[in-house]
Amino acid sequence: MAYEHIIDSERCKGCGLCVNFCPKNVLELTRKVNAKGHFPVHQARPEDCIHCTICCIMCPDVAIRIVETQTT
Amino acid sequence: MAKVLMKGNEAIGEAAIRAGCKNYFAYPITPQSEVAEYLVKRLPEVGGVFLQGESEVAVGYMIFGAAGAGERVMTTSSSPGISLMSEAISYIAAAQCPAVFVNIMRGGPGLGGILPSQADYFQATKGGGHGDYRLLVLAPDGVQEAVEMTMQAFTLAEKYRGPVMILGDGLIGQMMEPVEFPEDLATEPTNKDDWATNGMATRTSKRRNLVKSLFLDPTELNANNLALKAKYQQMKREEIQFELYNADKDYQVLITSYGTMSRVCRTAIDQLKEEGIEVALLRPKTLFPFPEQAVYAAATKESCKSVISIEMSMGQMVEDVERCVKGQRPVEFYGECGGDIPSPEKIIDIIKAMI
Amino acid sequence: MGKTFSKPAALSDTMTHYCPGCTHGIVHRLVAEAIDELGIQDRTVGIAPVGCAVLAYNYFNCDFQEAAHGRAPAMATGIKRVRPDLIVFTYQGDGDLASIGMGEIIHAANRGEKFTTIFINNAIYGMTGGQMAPTTMPGQRASTAPMGRDTDQTGMPIKMANLLGGLVTPAYITRQAVLKPQQINKAKKAIKQAFQYQVEGKCFSFVEVISTCPTNWGLTPLDSLKWAEETLLPYYELGDVKTPE
Repeated sequence: MAYEHIIDSERCKGCGLCVNFCPKNVLELTRKVNAKGHFPVHQARPEDCIHCTICCIMCPDVAIRIVETQTT
Repeated sequence: MAKVLMKGNEAIGEAAIRAGCKNYFAYPITPQSEVAEYLVKRLPEVGGVFLQGESEVAVGYMIFGAAGAGERVMTTSSSPGISLMSEAISYIAAAQCPAVFVNIMRGGPGLGGILPSQADYFQATKGGGHGDYRLLVLAPDGVQEAVEMTMQAFTLAEKYRGPVMILGDGLIGQMMEPVEFPEDLATEPTNKDDWATNGMATRTSKRRNLVKSLFLDPTELNANNLALKAKYQQMKREEIQFELYNADKDYQVLITSYGTMSRVCRTAIDQLKEEGIEVALLRPKTLFPFPEQAVYAAATKESCKSVISIEMSMGQMVEDVERCVKGQRPVEFYGECGGDIPSPEKIIDIIKAMI
Repeated sequence: MGKTFSKPAALSDTMTHYCPGCTHGIVHRLVAEAIDELGIQDRTVGIAPVGCAVLAYNYFNCDFQEAAHGRAPAMATGIKRVRPDLIVFTYQGDGDLASIGMGEIIHAANRGEKFTTIFINNAIYGMTGGQMAPTTMPGQRASTAPMGRDTDQTGMPIKMANLLGGLVTPAYITRQAVLKPQQINKAKKAIKQAFQYQVEGKCFSFVEVISTCPTNWGLTPLDSLKWAEETLLPYYELGDVKTPE
């Protein structure tokens, strides 16, 4: 089963909760401001992501989702 | 249809049930607690809902919630309790939900007294709550009219999607008179799927409904106020009710009076007639919308020399009468507000002193 | 390993106005997840408070009513009594529930009204700019307690779940927190249990959720979580205060 980790940078408010709780230290805040004036999060080390959904659970803005992808 | 002898408070309760309203939330307060005492026994007989809330404040919002869910609902209270409900009335008007409020007026202000008064006219017609809203106000003059107006109130509340008030007084609430209940006045609101929070499953559009009064955007708030105003203007065109008594004669004095007080005035008019003195009565039955043109017409009849508003207050409806007479005749006032209802003899003395 | 995660259907797409790191968003999502999982979206009516969550109705895809400050339990009573088949919940903050609305919540709970209340306890008034709440901690600064809450003048913070738990009428009363993933998962279970009791028509259900207010606490979102753990949790104990069984 393959998963894709998708961050909606326009929803993200850069609160940093997900960064703090990621067990694999995957996430960091970017320096690229979004339309609302926040610095959204991104996956700095996506290859370490284990799709545990802890970041999704901590996010107050439903800015992160994880979907199944087809493995061809 | 047989006539039944009923106490006003109980008749109002029965009228609600006959009008298809099976939901009643209230708090006890003299002189209307008998409505609750009657309905607590009667509502289970028709599978209805009865709840004594913890305060009139809470009751006002129980009414709002139930009305917002699209169900017919009524509460009854008396002056200080209506003050507590006034915020809820403002919210209900703004959120455009139908609801019926009955005020069995007692002496005020403050804790006042428990005897009848008409001292909540301003509160009912000019707004006890905040903001640009009006209540459609019906003022019965006895138990029969209280029944008819209570039943009518539900239809009007739904027609205009707003709160309607029956403005009675402690005498109407307490006295017993023969009553006939009109048939076939119960109707279901036809448009509630458009606005009621009755659950998305009930509506084919699957759109959710929102009952709210908050409009942070000034354009939206103004639009909501304009929508409310349009309703009140429609009420002014379509809902005015009043009664004229002895107005076909060449009367010297026009009395304006409503509710219980108007019956005393009627007796006084009959007695004055026997002495050759013609006096007419204009009795508003809707206090909002007020019969403005009818008052002007009755006051400016050629024979009429002066107008007097007689109320169980310190002078409230008289201000509307003055406004409507537009300076064409002197407008006087007589009122008492301790709870004693002025006698016909007192009214006769006052009229004689005027002419 | 791994799993999927997506927005629940009962939560709308609208981006919230809540401050960065405010835990309102987490609790909204948990409520929406519970509604989805119980399959009750099309007969749920929520009641929004006055407070930061005054616009909560914009974030849920179900019928909603907006209550006057503190009166949501009275409105919920009105709706639930006339339409017992609807699932009714109130969502309220410290001022709405524990101050102006104290009478309404106690009496609704005491009557055993069969609706669900989600109580967001962040020990301060958010929307109006950080004034002291009945739940503000001793010594905690607020705009109306600039030297910190003086309990000689204003008494001790009110433990709402325990206050309501002291009523005799059966109910489900619990206190949860959303300060870290494990707590969030437990809170989700409690919220779902609360709604489940309502689906069964069993009792009044109340979930107090220890939450944060970074803006009015003057802390970053992460420091807020820490402060809440260190200062609020020792006083506001987590767990079920009362179950109806």
